[in-house]
Formats: sequence, C-alpha cells, structure tokens
Amino acid sequence: MAVTRDDVLHVAALARLALDEARVPALVQELNGILSHMDVLRKVDTEGVMGTAGVGDAAAPLRPDAVAQIPLRRPRADLAPAWRDGFFLVPRLATHDAAGGEEDDA
Amino acid sequence: MTGTASRTAVEAVRAAFHRMTEVRAGRDGLNCVLWSDEELALQGAATVDNSGVTGPLAGVPYVAKDNIATLGLPTTCASRILEGYVSPYEATVVTRLREAGAVLVAKTNCDEFAMGSSNENSAYGPARNPHDPTRVPGGSSGGSAAAVAAGITRIALGSETGGSVRQPAAYCGVVGVKPTYGRVSRYGLVAFASSLDQVGAFGATVDDAAAVMEVIAGCDPRDSTTSDREVPRYRESARESLEGLVIGRPREYFPDSLEPRLARLCDRALEAMRARGATVREISLPHTDLAIPVYYIIAPAEASSNLARFDGVRYGLRVEGDGLRGMYEATRSRGFGPEVTRRILLGTYVLSAGYYDAYYRKAQEVRTLIARDFHETFEDGVHVIFTPTAPTPAFPLGAKTDPYEMYLNDIFTATANLAGVPAMSVPIGRIDGLPVGGQLIARHFDERTMFRAAYALERELGAEAHR
Repeated sequence: MAVTRDDVLHVAALARLALDEARVPALVQELNGILSHMDVLRKVDTEGVMGTAGVGDAAAPLRPDAVAQIPLRRPRADLAPAWRDGFFLVPRLATHDAAGGEEDDA
Repeated sequence: MTGTASRTAVEAVRAAFHRMTEVRAGRDGLNCVLWSDEELALQGAATVDNSGVTGPLAGVPYVAKDNIATLGLPTTCASRILEGYVSPYEATVVTRLREAGAVLVAKTNCDEFAMGSSNENSAYGPARNPHDPTRVPGGSSGGSAAAVAAGITRIALGSETGGSVRQPAAYCGVVGVKPTYGRVSRYGLVAFASSLDQVGAFGATVDDAAAVMEVIAGCDPRDSTTSDREVPRYRESARESLEGLVIGRPREYFPDSLEPRLARLCDRALEAMRARGATVREISLPHTDLAIPVYYIIAPAEASSNLARFDGVRYGLRVEGDGLRGMYEATRSRGFGPEVTRRILLGTYVLSAGYYDAYYRKAQEVRTLIARDFHETFEDGVHVIFTPTAPTPAFPLGAKTDPYEMYLNDIFTATANLAGVPAMSVPIGRIDGLPVGGQLIARHFDERTMFRAAYALERELGAEAHR
C-alpha cells in the first residue's frame, strides 16, 4: 500500500497544508517508511473484535444540561488576528470573488 | 514533600529563580524554561503567604509544560503557530494547584504540541538533560523533567499521550506519573490525541508526585471525560509494606536484546520490592509489540483533527495568502514544524477514504487486544506490573534522525496510554552516569497501589536509585 506523491499532495490539500515542493519527495519516503511498520497489523486476527475508540470510565458523570459561560480574562478581540465589530475577519472566499463581489479583502 | 514549613512562599520562589539563573535554565543553557515572570510569581507567592493556606503544596513553586493554559504567562505548545499567545483562561489543574498554595514560576519547553520523545521538536530549540547537556532530556515534557532534575522546583506538570511524562522522568532521574484516563481534568490542556491525553505530574521524589496527584485528581464539570470516583489519599500508602502484593514481570518488556545493565537494574528493583514483601510473577502481555504501530496510527489521526483549529482565524499566527484557503495553508505551513506536519499528513492519510479500514479501524481493533492483555492480567491476580520505562538511557542530541526509530522510544510506555491504565516511572539506578527508570503500571483508578509500590521501591533502593 505504497504512498505516492499524489497521495501526499492530496492529504496535504485535505489538511490545508501547502508543502514546499522540495520537501515532497522526502515526505513520500518518510510516510512510506512509517507505514511499512504498520503493515504488521494486517496479519493480526481481529475477527469479532470491537474497536476501542476511548478508554474512559464507563460511568462518567453527567453535568447539568445548562449553558455556563466561562469567563475570559482577555476579550476575543485581543486574541484575534483580525477583528471588527464583534466578528472575526477572514479573507474573502474565492467563490465570492468569482461572483464579482467587492475586492475588499477583509 | 517539605512544603514551606521552614520558609515563606516568597523565599521559595526567590530560590527557584536563583536556581534558574545558577543552572542557566534559558536559551543559552538547559533551555528547559520558555517563559517566566519573577514579579508575577512573587505576587502569587505573597498572596499565599498572606492567605493562611496550609498543606503539603502551600508555598511550593512549580513549573508547567507549555501546552497547559495559564494566565499571565504564554501558552505556545512550543510552536510558532501560537507564538505570543496568552490564554484568556487557565487549566483546571493550574487552578487546583493555585488553590492548594503552589506557585507557578515558569512554563517549560517541550516537543511542539507534545509530539516527540526527545524535546528536539520544539520551535525554541531542544531542552537539554541536566545530567549531561549533550543529551536529550526526553520528551515530550522534557523541560518539566529537566527543571525538576536541575533543582529549580521539586514538582512540575507535564502531559502524556504515549509516555511523555514517564520517559523524560526516566531520562532525568525524577519521578513521573501518568494517571488513569479520566482521573485528572484536561480542561485547559491543549488537545493532541483526545483518547490518549492526560495531564501528568513530576516530582523529585515519589511523595512529591503523590502530593501533586492528590490535588489535581478528581472530577471536573468542565471535562466530561473525568470520573467522579473518590480520590484516595495516595500519600497514606507511604509506609505500607508490600505484603500480599503481586507484581507482574511481563516477558515482552524484557527481550533478549534489552541492554544487559538495564535488565540487571530492573532485577535489582524487583528484588527490592520482594524484600518489602511483594511476590513477583512472570506474566505475558502478548500484544505489546503491536503498540507502536497502533499508537502511531491513532495518535496522528486524532491530532490531524484536533490541530485543524489552528487556522489563523481566531487566535495565534496568521499568514496572509491567496484568499481564505491560501491564508489557511500559508498559516499552517509556516506555523507547524516538520514533525507536526508529518503527523498531520500521516493522520489525514490513515483517516482518508480507502485507507480508513486498513489503518484506523484496524488499529482501534488491535487497541482492544492490547487493553484486554492488561485487563486479563489484573483479573488474574496481578496488582502491579513492573517494566523498564525506556529501552535506553538518554541519547545524544541529534542521534536519531529516522522518524520511526524515534517512535520506538515509546515502546514500553505507549501501551498504558492505549489501555488507559495508570503508570509511573521511578529512578532505579544509572548506566554510565545516566539515570534510568523503572515503570509501575496498575489497574484503572488504582493509583494508590501503584504509589504504594513506588514508595517501597524508592525507600528500599535508597541512594542506590541515583547511582
């Protein structure tokens, strides 16, 4: 199940990572190297075995179903890279550009 | 735990900062401390002195790993993507320590987002081992372990996903505890792999670590994975004998290839516990060798999801790019280091269409078999399992360049995270002057028995544990 260059570029796109072109061959090699060690799992008989998604206490307590605001010591505006009038600002979506919207990049 | 019976919190904090200078804890030295503010710490200490708070941690300085949210000091996870980020809230473990009178003096270096076994993946350069600064302190909580080993503080907070407290504790010659999954709140711990992560405690001694655990353990309404089971008084087990205790020695953790001197130190540790009344039984945990493949599928998969939140929108680094998607990609590519990038790619791959069943689902099924090994062993009358914590002592900086070779460092520790059971590392001696640790593993929520064995082991070995 070898990882190809296209696989790496595909998962990088899914993960919203822009890879340096020069780094791609090494990543292909590294991921193949790592995944080759995972192949041992295929030989393990897990017929009828339920997967484990979590190992928490089966009797984990429930809190009251009430919304409780967590007080913040700093306002969100202080943390945000870009903020205006109570909103996080992000660059304009490409689809909006295509629709001929304003060129306001905010 | 000595507390501050003989000195004020202010004096204790001053001494911690003096020691930081003495051992060169910053970038030009051990590089175990990333962020500290003496004035802020002294204010906290004065509050403790004026409050009348008593108890084993009253006025005791401590350090916390940089992936635990604190007010006043940055929380960067040793990553460029969170450079300069100061949390607007604090972790429950930090609140609990503060209420017990402990004083935070510094945030410590670690592998970026806790991904690593050597501390070499920090965006701020590696921390160094106080026993030999040419060597790694272990990871990912290497800075916390190094700070305790260097005598800056007696206690520290770290976090565990696959051994990130126990392995650096072993490398630095201190005590490190990974609690049962659900024993300690993770509110304010920056998530890496949510089915594995736990906050852990370091101590210069078993009693130091037990004192921290008594304070931080317990249910937290802000973390739905915490259990409301009662928290025992771990420190009460300090003087108990090991009569009636059955210790399991799993053959898979003592392969023929194990460094002979490490095997001898483990035998000596088992003998020490026998001398205190324990019985040692040979056992088998047959799926142990599958732990690393399973761990390095599940942890990156969960990480790829958890780290999606770092996108340049709400906090942290933003790098402008071509439109919204370009901004996401530029931010994440500039902000994440090589190992984090590698794990996000790996995690995304094993979760992607066509590979999910072969890798992720299969790993979850084998995880069940690994957890079942522990369950059956404990059902069979074993109270505590004893193993080496890591296969070798601390290795030189830069010695491991192959990612999978580095991952193999977690071979003896990742199993406990996968099964969710508590485990800790206790110093058991040295090889060529470098500390090595012995690992004690107990059944779910039975940290008290684990501490009972650890106290006895520490007492019986005495000074031999550090030479």
